Amino acid sequence: MKLELQGISKAFGSFYANEDIDLVVEEGQIHCLLGENGAGKSTLMNVLYGLYEPTAGRILVDGKPVVFRGPGDAMAAGIGMVHQHFMLVPVFTVAENVALGAESTKAGGILDLEVTRKKIREISDKYGFDVDPDAIVEDLPVGVQQRVEIIKALVRNAEVLILDEPTAVLTPQETDELLDIMRQLKSNGTSIVFISHKLREVKAVSDVITVIRRGRVVGDAPPEAETTELASMMVGREVKLTMDKEPANPGEATFKVKNLSVISSTGQRVVDDLSFEIHRGEILAIAGVQGNGQTELTEAILGIQDRVTGSITLEGKELLGRSVKQVLGSGIGFVPEDRTVDGLVPEFTIAENLVLDLYDKAPFAKGISMRPAEVKKNAESRIAEFDVRTPSAENLASSLSGGNQQKVVMARELSRPLRLFIASQPTRGVDVGSIEFLHRRIVEERDGGTPVMIVSTELDEVMQLADRIAVLYKGRLIGIVGADTPRDVLGLMMAGVSPGEAEGSHQDNPDDMEGDFA
Amino acid sequence: MSQSELSPGVPPPTHANTINEQQHGIWVRITQGPGLVSVLAVFVALVLGGLLIAATDAKVATTAGYLFSRPSDFFSALWAAGTDSYVSLFQGSIYNSRQGFAPFLETLTVSTPLICAGLGVALAFRAGLFNIGAQGQIIIGSIMAAYAGFAWHLPFGIHLLVVIFMGVLGGAVWGGLVGLLKARTGAHEVILTIMFNYVALYFLDFLLNTKAFQRPGETNPISPILDPSAVFPALPGSRLHLGFVMAILLTILVAWILNRSTIGFEFRAVGANPAAARTAGVNVARSTILVMAIAGALAGAAGVAQVAGTEQVLTAGIAASLGFDAITVALLGRSTPWGTFFAGLLFGAFRAGAVTMQISTGTPIDIVLVVQSLIVLFIAAPPLVRAMFGLNRKSKNKHPKTPKHAAPAPAAPASQGGGA
Repeated sequence: MKLELQGISKAFGSFYANEDIDLVVEEGQIHCLLGENGAGKSTLMNVLYGLYEPTAGRILVDGKPVVFRGPGDAMAAGIGMVHQHFMLVPVFTVAENVALGAESTKAGGILDLEVTRKKIREISDKYGFDVDPDAIVEDLPVGVQQRVEIIKALVRNAEVLILDEPTAVLTPQETDELLDIMRQLKSNGTSIVFISHKLREVKAVSDVITVIRRGRVVGDAPPEAETTELASMMVGREVKLTMDKEPANPGEATFKVKNLSVISSTGQRVVDDLSFEIHRGEILAIAGVQGNGQTELTEAILGIQDRVTGSITLEGKELLGRSVKQVLGSGIGFVPEDRTVDGLVPEFTIAENLVLDLYDKAPFAKGISMRPAEVKKNAESRIAEFDVRTPSAENLASSLSGGNQQKVVMARELSRPLRLFIASQPTRGVDVGSIEFLHRRIVEERDGGTPVMIVSTELDEVMQLADRIAVLYKGRLIGIVGADTPRDVLGLMMAGVSPGEAEGSHQDNPDDMEGDFA
Repeated sequence: MSQSELSPGVPPPTHANTINEQQHGIWVRITQGPGLVSVLAVFVALVLGGLLIAATDAKVATTAGYLFSRPSDFFSALWAAGTDSYVSLFQGSIYNSRQGFAPFLETLTVSTPLICAGLGVALAFRAGLFNIGAQGQIIIGSIMAAYAGFAWHLPFGIHLLVVIFMGVLGGAVWGGLVGLLKARTGAHEVILTIMFNYVALYFLDFLLNTKAFQRPGETNPISPILDPSAVFPALPGSRLHLGFVMAILLTILVAWILNRSTIGFEFRAVGANPAAARTAGVNVARSTILVMAIAGALAGAAGVAQVAGTEQVLTAGIAASLGFDAITVALLGRSTPWGTFFAGLLFGAFRAGAVTMQISTGTPIDIVLVVQSLIVLFIAAPPLVRAMFGLNRKSKNKHPKTPKHAAPAPAAPASQGGGA
């Protein structure tokens, strides 16, 4: 099936999220849409999937114009979409999820899941998905849940599959598996629209790359194009993909974690006997696949985990057992992993968000009376310093793009003298241009002599920022290695292989991918 | 450049909106949406109320019988029935030639407890709490204030202050208990406040049947009259008392707390995003207890205004339906202090004028309750009101009106520049 978009525009008020976009997806091709966050990739796909009505332009399937009034129309025309955030019912089985919305029934309207189960097994066998139709979705790993989404589309006879940032939630190994699946689907004649901002994956799997910037098509590129060239097309200017940072100049170890264990509310030991130290003027990156105890580790330091044992000391003072306010007050800057959940109050103004954890401190408050003039002054200088793109400090935080929201959080946490800086996923969902800026600020903080802890599931980010890398797996520390450790060794460690073994198997298989970033 | 960095006003429907976030969005829209919706809701409710009055009017019914022979009769009767009631409502609540502005003073009197309790509900709304316990908080406040007013005999000046303090304290404790239970056990404040309302209501009934609260020598469920030293001084020739000044001061106080104080910042942060508030070091449990205590204190002040101002005795009906009207007042006022103040005045005017309306036009008082309920109904469904006035057009991007078959490639605004 050949899919064409002709002159698609989508406006929200006076803002054009897509403007005059032409795109041709040939049968059996993997067509990549490359662009920064907020470039309009998702909007375009929502138009294609019938969720938005285009302001102008038309969609052609096999040369015939079509109009989609909703996802149902798009599905009927053979278009399937796997959203970045899965649309699955967690407590349903795989078969129930796949059947949902297209249930087969026996006489009398009784649900017939056997038909669905059979289809799932067929597809699963054909592509080596290894999915049990009767497994409960919430028990499955993220990578398998994603396959369920793909099965959902294939069961509905999708000939064009849209994958919206599919690798954002996957481990490096799962990512490689997904790329294999995509190649298989392609060889079976399925076309794939692959949305991503990760150049490594895009180059590895695409047949054609279309770069989108600020709602417009900038141009097409072959997958052989240089990484730097693609990045420049995406951002619209020269970008440095590698950080040139000075080697660390570590001082004394001031932040010490000893035998730290955290028990979750469900009774699981999510952080298991962790011990590490961070020196002044050094960045320790905590690497690991999402959900291996990183969140709980940072929350334990911040003081919002209840069942914690061990010891966390900063400059000799014990932090365990203190309130969040006291922990922050002891000189810790904290960037939580999910800015919209933990880092910002979307309904507050940018100025208010910039003092979210400083509102009761001088100069922003005197007694219990706040001083709006100081809050405003602070906002203006932070906005200028961090180049937050907003018409005014009085705009709501929810009006900002992800990258600018993250700048607000970082600006707030870096705006005072720190004894320790902790940032989780400092650049998640942030565009390439902002990543460069935020990374530079983190390194500046390090160079100022602050111990820095970065938690990231993005291996590229870890390798760029870290002076040392600590790998977590199932709450345990697999090892602390140097920043020059090869990528696939880290990948193995993230899967629980000890550093020694990982090193060994790396020798056997030394093909390392190059040009990684973002 | 900066244009493209700003995310569009309409978020893609497919993204991380969990059900909770959507519900939160609806909650914020209903409790804290734009004031325009309030104004339109009042307008629509009044029009519907007018039609309802007209529909039950005898003359309208008669003229409808010969609608086709003389339609003008019908329409003039319709207009007269609808407007006459509102004119007398106005005369009973603001001004009439016979009494001058005396009705307006009555409006202010009736508004006083509505404003105080409404502020309590509004404050809790802003902190993300649905305080429907104003009723119980008013009752407990009234009990404490009344007891201090008739049982203790203190010097002039001090006595009133003690009465106010006791009433406010009673409300604060009753509200604070809800906050404490929610913070410590995670119980939902709606269930808690409903149950606390019942407890307060029947506790009052019980007290009024005890010797301590009955008039000496009587068995009726009514308390002794409060000491003259324990009541608000009133404006001569009216029922308007100094409690109204208290309501104004409380409005200013709540406005200051919400917008200019650190605790108000905490309340709003907890209300809008408790997770972020906690991460920023706000003690969410303490904030919940504090906001419920202050909300209760404000409702307690409404109780004081009732026993030490308007009624001057404690009866089983002391709180009437004030606590529930306070919810509607806070909703109509969009949970802002001054919005609540003026919404309280409006509802006070309805209450004050309804009596005159019934006497002069025969329209039952209950029609005012219908109008009040309609107002809340429209506020609770903002898209309905916006749809009525055609304010929804901008966001109608999901439902294509015209098929796009015929649309030739790009339209004007999109064709300014080439693609690749």
